[in-house]
Amino acid sequence: MLSDFLRHELGLTGTHVGCEHGVCGACTLLLDGDAVRSCLLFAVQCSGCDVRTVESLAGQRAGEGAATEDPLHPLQEAFREEHALQCGFCTPGFLMSLVPFLERHPDPSDEEIREALSGNLCRCTGYQNLVAAVRSAARRLRAEPGEPDAAS
Amino acid sequence: METRWIGRSLPRLEDERLLRGRAQFVDDVALHGALHVAFVRSPFAHGRIRSIDTSAAARMPGVHAVLTAEDLGRLDAPGPVLVPPPPIDGIEFHARTPAPLAREVVRHVGEAVALVVADSRYLAEDARDEVFVDIEPMPAVGDLEAALAEDAPRVHQDLPSNLAARTRQSRGDWEEARRAADLVIERRLVYDHGASAPMENRGVAAVWDERAEQLTVWDTTQAPIPVRGAIAATLGLSESQVRVIAPFIGGGFGPKIMFYGDELLVPWLAMRLGRPVKWIEDREESFFSTTQERSQIHHAEMALRRDGRILGVRDRFLHDTGAYDPYGLTVPINSQCTLLGCYDVPAYDSEFTCVFTHRPIVTPYRGAGRQHGVFVIERLLDHAADELGIDRVEIRRRNLLHPDRFPVRQGLIYQDFTELTYDSGDYPALLERAAEEIGYERFRAEEQPELRAAGRLVGIALVTYVEGTGIGPYEGARVRVEASGRVAVATGVGTQGQGHFTSFAQVVADQLGVHPGDVRLVTGDTQEFHWGTGTFASRGAVVAGNACHAAALEVRRKILRLASQELEAPEEDLELTGGVVQVRGAPQSAIPLGELAQRANPLRGAVEPGTEPGLEATSYFGPATGTTAAGAHAMIAEVDPETCKVTPLRYVVVHDCGTVLNPMILEGQMHGGIAQGIGNAFFEELVFDDQQQLQSGSFMDYLLPTATDVPAIESHHLETPSPLNPLGVKGAGEAGAIPVGALYAAVVEDALSGRLEPGTRIDSIPLSPERVYRLLHPDSEHTAENEGHEGDAR
Ligand code: FES
Ligand code: FES
Repeated sequence: MLSDFLRHELGLTGTHVGCEHGVCGACTLLLDGDAVRSCLLFAVQCSGCDVRTVESLAGQRAGEGAATEDPLHPLQEAFREEHALQCGFCTPGFLMSLVPFLERHPDPSDEEIREALSGNLCRCTGYQNLVAAVRSAARRLRAEPGEPDAAS
Repeated sequence: METRWIGRSLPRLEDERLLRGRAQFVDDVALHGALHVAFVRSPFAHGRIRSIDTSAAARMPGVHAVLTAEDLGRLDAPGPVLVPPPPIDGIEFHARTPAPLAREVVRHVGEAVALVVADSRYLAEDARDEVFVDIEPMPAVGDLEAALAEDAPRVHQDLPSNLAARTRQSRGDWEEARRAADLVIERRLVYDHGASAPMENRGVAAVWDERAEQLTVWDTTQAPIPVRGAIAATLGLSESQVRVIAPFIGGGFGPKIMFYGDELLVPWLAMRLGRPVKWIEDREESFFSTTQERSQIHHAEMALRRDGRILGVRDRFLHDTGAYDPYGLTVPINSQCTLLGCYDVPAYDSEFTCVFTHRPIVTPYRGAGRQHGVFVIERLLDHAADELGIDRVEIRRRNLLHPDRFPVRQGLIYQDFTELTYDSGDYPALLERAAEEIGYERFRAEEQPELRAAGRLVGIALVTYVEGTGIGPYEGARVRVEASGRVAVATGVGTQGQGHFTSFAQVVADQLGVHPGDVRLVTGDTQEFHWGTGTFASRGAVVAGNACHAAALEVRRKILRLASQELEAPEEDLELTGGVVQVRGAPQSAIPLGELAQRANPLRGAVEPGTEPGLEATSYFGPATGTTAAGAHAMIAEVDPETCKVTPLRYVVVHDCGTVLNPMILEGQMHGGIAQGIGNAFFEELVFDDQQQLQSGSFMDYLLPTATDVPAIESHHLETPSPLNPLGVKGAGEAGAIPVGALYAAVVEDALSGRLEPGTRIDSIPLSPERVYRLLHPDSEHTAENEGHEGDAR
């Protein structure tokens, strides 16, 4: 499984596994820009593809300490400020599902946001603060357009 | 000016690690050369194990061991009774606990009978399929009433029946209340609770370092310190040789407090095989191998005067404890003690019977039996109001305990073995605020008639509840100012997303005048702190929070004492602010705390006898009794007569958990609790067939609510500080989840009123579109695929 390969072969344990049957969305990552469930894909199926996990989101520079880290992606920042995570186990999956959503819906309504969130399960937050975080991230992203990685 | 951090919505300090995908969960622990465990589980709910043939599996490449109960040596024994029965007169309790691997008899589907250890999880699971288990199936029972029948299949042959426990508690004179009553309401009420289903399944990883003779165990537990004790005792190690780490945990909600056989087996295997060993539960397994909650059937009566005043309540209920009862009576005791809620009930007579069934083990899950009790009293009140022609909110108003009654001694023994005593609260204020926020009067008088006239089925409801929280025995914390000026805090409770890293840092920061960001908290690592019991019963903020407070206060005293010498100024003239101690208003006198810490730990020279080095203190907090939080939830919801879906239109919470450490975190706890309550009320159900096979053991069938199922929640807080602890806090972890079932039943009943046949009552939870349909069409032949599995839900 792609999820196992990333987690256990490459040590990229930011991608989580909650159900291994395609329902919870915790294992979501970007495959050539699209959000996919890595528990349903074989690693070999992704040969030659661009795979992005949560670890890539803030564009952090490998090997450097906390002081020199790149700032959080606006979506991550919004999650923190709006308290959109509690145990944080579902969080990487939500983040990676929301990146393409916000690219396609720069100014989503609350209903669209809830619809977008409904593909992932969170057992802790009751979703309300996730909705608020997406709203706030959309605002930030509209204010500072361009590649999120280059945003600051 | 000293800054106050308690009470602020400080963004969480732990978030950055989680957001960057860098937080370490148990399955993230990198173990070089680790072996992986897979369990072979019983396909039958009840049966005799005739034989287990492990030979084919053992021959498979990459397989290191295939073991059954026979091979476990002294581990092959029933596990501990984790919570003994409380000291209640006349209590009957039969303890039956599971062994790590079943021997001879299996008593629920999914009970582990063998295990495979292999080079990878894939290989272990392949080999598992090659273990041939010959079990002779026997009749199984899951229905609570059927299980008590004389000829019912028995779960434990050595007991005369499936009765696991019986406990009666009463006060006042029920018979007299009944005689004096103008109305006695009698109901059979069924409340079914489900699986906690945290997004992270359970898991255990262990490494035995032979040279250091040290065992390190990473465990998704809510109680790392008791786990360490149990592992050390069973494996014959000293406690100091065992380090249990509960790292980031992906949600717990109760069942991760249980002590499971796998938590012993994995460390034992690591020692035996001399290799790191890991077991990670999969989602399907979690429906059997992790404990859950299920139903209670109540036969309840309420005696009232014509004016709606309650004279007494009598309740007899059955409680499903599953195949074993390692967690004692905590869940049914909570039901029994929470039932009285915010109300003044002069006479109460309650007796419960715990029943063994051929189903997975029941232990506390968020709410832990409290929702069952709340459902009973709230339904009785709704129905009494209807019969007496009193408004449903008004009848509550007439029965609430008044603020001048505190402390309220309930005359009942609670789960912490002390008398249930409500410490403080203002219940009328909660109710009035909730009624006002949701616009109860206006909705009833104006909006609802209009909506009805337009053919829409929209209802309103309001319920109240209490939550006994923050129970003992105790927790501890150690606070130390480091030479860098940063503050290290260690406490024993595990954390599963409640924000302890932040709220405890706020508590400590207030005493030491530092920024919470400079406070680094370690929780759930027995090497850092090894006294304590765990995170349960909404006690983290109360008990561990106050321990942090006490330790910080002691460090503050040390700082003041030393600084007063150094600055030659009286302690009263000093202040702690911005990471320094200084003469008030004289920043030129400031000594950074880090520097003071170094002075308190001199490397040369003499110190006075009796002096302790450093700016460090360890303190404990043990409350005499639990503290009682309370709240009121109100909802307006619409039922669609076509789809039978229930759509919440507004959801209002007014909650009082004493002093609020971090309002943002508290609100998050409310949201999450309510979402789980909504799942319980309308979406989630553990459906068993008559062979006691679980029919809803995956996320395809066990439906957790999604973002489109949970409404926006309007929350409001009242603060009546608890007099039982210095911070004045009460627990809040479970509150959101507790009253939602009662609220759903009431709101749906109200929405459908006029459309139901007279006398039709909602008397069970969970509801579902299917059940709403059948309420609306009682004669209909329509049945869902699930029909016939409802067993005790009817
Ligand atoms: S782990 Fe992939 S969807 Fe749940
Ligand atoms: S934050 Fe715990 S599952 Fe979402």
